[in-house]
Amino acid sequence: MTKTIIVSCGTGIATSTVAAKAIEEACKKAGISVITKQCKGQEIPELLKQGADLIVTTSTLRFDPGIPVVKGLAFLTGIGIDGVVKEILDILSD
Amino acid sequence: MKIKDYLSKEAVILGLEASTSEEVIRRLGGKLRDLGLVKDNFVEAALEREANMPTGLPLGGEYNAAIPHVDIEYVNKSALGLAILKEDVVFYNMVESDEEVPCRLVIMLALDQPKSQIEMLQSVAALLQSPETVKKLVSAKTTEEVFSILS
Repeated sequence: MTKTIIVSCGTGIATSTVAAKAIEEACKKAGISVITKQCKGQEIPELLKQGADLIVTTSTLRFDPGIPVVKGLAFLTGIGIDGVVKEILDILSD
Repeated sequence: MKIKDYLSKEAVILGLEASTSEEVIRRLGGKLRDLGLVKDNFVEAALEREANMPTGLPLGGEYNAAIPHVDIEYVNKSALGLAILKEDVVFYNMVESDEEVPCRLVIMLALDQPKSQIEMLQSVAALLQSPETVKKLVSAKTTEEVFSILS
């Protein structure tokens, strides 16, 4: 079953582009089919209405979206990247 | 690296003396504006964005970086600006916006299309992920040196 991941950042165009690409590649490698939807943080509630399994964000999230959230700064800085990818794959495999 | 294709030597500031992130964004954004790469209101938009959604990145090494950027409507042509600061200047953490991040390297991203320039963005990320390259950049004495490090 294809999983939907909302990938959000401040503008929805820069850091989420890097994160989404990396997530798609990691999921492909793990054999998990995913769709990523990029957006700005404030657009998340609208996208949640269409359903999603996970949010990966590179900006500060100021509300509880009610689904799992993973902080994706590692896709930019590389710090703790293996742990973050594992966290994402674990959530999607549940 | 794709970075060089988007960075002109006029958009590089070495040894920038500033005490606030606002000063850094005004100077660097002003360069991009003077070059005609961004619209007149780019700087104000970048300041507002930085205040609400900061762009500081702790890199885990000696130096940290910030990557100020805004929506595409403020941009004429995709470009980068790069500043090496004389001393660390406090920005705030992108994903923990109340956490201070003292930054020495600032790469300003001006993007004119959404979800594009992926290679350039990945090159910026790759640069940030290399503490050695960041250190070399921070120590660069000339613009030529900066470009040779980026190539």
